[in-house]
Formats: sequence, C-alpha cells, structure tokens
Amino acid sequence: MALRTLLSCRTLAAAVKPELGFSVGLRSLVTFSLPDLPYDYGALEPAISGEIMQLHHQKHHQAYITNYNKALEQLELAMSKGDAPSVVKLQSAIKFNGGGHVNHSIFWKNLAPVREGGGEPPKGSLGWAIDTHFGSLEALAQKMSTEGAALQGSGWVWLGVDKELKKLVVETTVNQDPLVTKGPSLVPLVGIDVWEHAYYLQYKNVRPDYLKNIWKVINWKYASEVFEKECP
Amino acid sequence: MDELIKATYNNGNPLPEFNNAAQVWNHNFFWESMEPRGGDMPKLGLLDQIEKDFGSFTNFKEKFVDAALTLFGSGWVWLVLKRQERRLEVVKTSNAINPLVWNDIPIINLDVWEHAYYLDYKNDRAAYVKNFLDHLVSWDVATARMIRAEAFVNLGEPKIPVA
Repeated sequence: MALRTLLSCRTLAAAVKPELGFSVGLRSLVTFSLPDLPYDYGALEPAISGEIMQLHHQKHHQAYITNYNKALEQLELAMSKGDAPSVVKLQSAIKFNGGGHVNHSIFWKNLAPVREGGGEPPKGSLGWAIDTHFGSLEALAQKMSTEGAALQGSGWVWLGVDKELKKLVVETTVNQDPLVTKGPSLVPLVGIDVWEHAYYLQYKNVRPDYLKNIWKVINWKYASEVFEKECP
Repeated sequence: MDELIKATYNNGNPLPEFNNAAQVWNHNFFWESMEPRGGDMPKLGLLDQIEKDFGSFTNFKEKFVDAALTLFGSGWVWLVLKRQERRLEVVKTSNAINPLVWNDIPIINLDVWEHAYYLDYKNDRAAYVKNFLDHLVSWDVATARMIRAEAFVNLGEPKIPVA
C-alpha cells in the first residue's frame, strides 16, 4: 500500500472517529480518550457533590484511560515480538485500567440530573421486570444498597441482565472488574461505584448514606434502553 | 489478636470475622508506626539490615513508594521481616490481609485504602506516601519491633570487630 494511501486512511480515520472517544493510529492500535459528561459537574447535587464529580471524572477516570492506553501499547509491542511472558504480565494492568474505563463510562450514563429524569422510576419492560423479579423498585434499591455497603474494600454493585436467561441479576465485582467477569452473558444496566473515592469527600465513611441518596439521580431511561435491546 | 487473625484467615478462605479482626490489628499497628516528628532515617542495626537487604535506604524508599503506587484497589504496604528468607522485604496486601497470615513479622505498615488519604490529598496517593516516609514514620518503633523480631529470626552472627 502506498504511503500516501496509508496517510489518507489515517486522516480519514482521525476525521471520523474523535467523537466516539477513540482514535486509530498508523499501526491501527485503537487508543481511548475521556468521554465528556452529559451534564455539569454540579448537576447531581445534593446527591453527589460537584467536587467529587470533577475529581472522579478528570482525575480517576482519566488515570484509568491513560494507563489503559499505555498498557495497550506495551501489549502490542510484546505481541509483535512474541514475548509471551510480557503479554501475560500485562493482563492485570489491562484488567484494572481497562475495567476502570469500561465501568466509569457506564457509570456516567447511569446518572442524570433530576431535571433530566434522574431518579424517575423505570417504566416499560424494565419497570415490569424489576417488579416481577424483586417485588418493587424500593426492594431492588434496598438489595443493591445492602450489597454495596457490605462490599469489602473497593468495587462495584450492579444491576445486570443475563441476556441468555433473560433475567435480572444483582451482582458485585471487586476493584475494577467489569460485570462480565461474573458471567459471560451478563450485561450491565446500572453500576454503582463503591470505591471510597466515589463518596468520601461528601459522605466520609458513611457509605450507606451515599447508597441511599444515589437513587435520586439514577438514570433509568438509559438502563431501560439497554434492557430493551437485550430483551426486546 | 495475632492468633485470631491467623485462625479466621482460614488458610486463604477467610471467615467473616477476619476482615474486622485484621483491620483492628492493622490500624492499631499503623497508629503506632507513626509519630508527630517522624521520618528521617533509621539508625544502627536496623539501618544496617535495610542496607543489607535493599542495597541502600534510598532503594528501600523507592521500593516502598512503588509498592504503594502499584497497589490496585484497597490495601496496605508493609516492611516485613520474612521468617523463612530471614530478610527484610516490602510487601503489599489487599484489603485487610496482614503478613501475619504468612507467619512473617511486620515492622511498619502504611494504609493505602483511599479513606486514609482522600480528605487531605484527594487522588494524590504519591504525595501521601512521600509525606509518610519523610515526616511520619517512626523508626524508633520500627527498631523496637525489629529487636523483638530478632528473638524469633536468626539474622546471623553479630559483627564483632577484630582487635
């Protein structure tokens, strides 16, 4: 392939891709960039403070992305050299940082300001599935809050749907493990970050209060969209 | 407490009581590992042992900081005396785990759960660790713990000057 054609492929790729949050380099390694929040940092107050949202987004999520990109570059190099030990050694960095990027990207969409529907209960098929499976939205929230509060150390509590069995599940994962590590057919609908950085500045050690208040800004519209796609 | 921790650790399959028991121990140990005008350097025998096992005090500090920054999630960083290997090492543990469960002897520890530094340092764990090493760590307490540890681990003959 002529160099000029290669360059124009790259230019075309760069022109098309940026808004999707990643870019394609000449070696076709896809790297990632921080997605914008669909709301202002302060828009979720008083449930989650603007200070936390800004740090969480600009520092923590950004750090996961930076380190994920670095690990991917190192992985590509190791793979091209056939360096098996290095490829294996990089897996934990990819899981931590890639997982961090995946999980937080979902998290920002799981939240919405009250004036944009945050906290409004799900209608349609997801609302019905929640009532059937858990009894009520309150019961689901109670279950997730209890499991989130009991999680030792850092992790996430999830509402997911098993796309094979077509049923809802509540699960927890440790550190930045994505929900799929608990079951290959699990699709995340709502994830709640229970790492201390997600609430400490505002709620200090009282994780249960954070978990009680976050339901006021959960974006059930997004969760419903994902659910309806998996269970039409 | 030590026995409770080893028992509830249950050989890697911790019982429900482990987390709370170990975290009580870990935090007690942590408070005692610090003092208001701490930092500086260890002296005499402890410094000798650190230089022997790490090459230099600077190298030990680098390893300690590196362990703190590469520990993912919640956990602790330790300077331990390894019983089998009969040497000092830096180890990192997740959540509540404590080197006692491997029968090693802790000398100092540092809490790197986010709650330990978030209010003062936000996400800047590196600044927190450096401040601990430069201003807080109590080498006096570490020395006392090392003296006690030497009753259990034979670190070799003391150097006796010739003539």
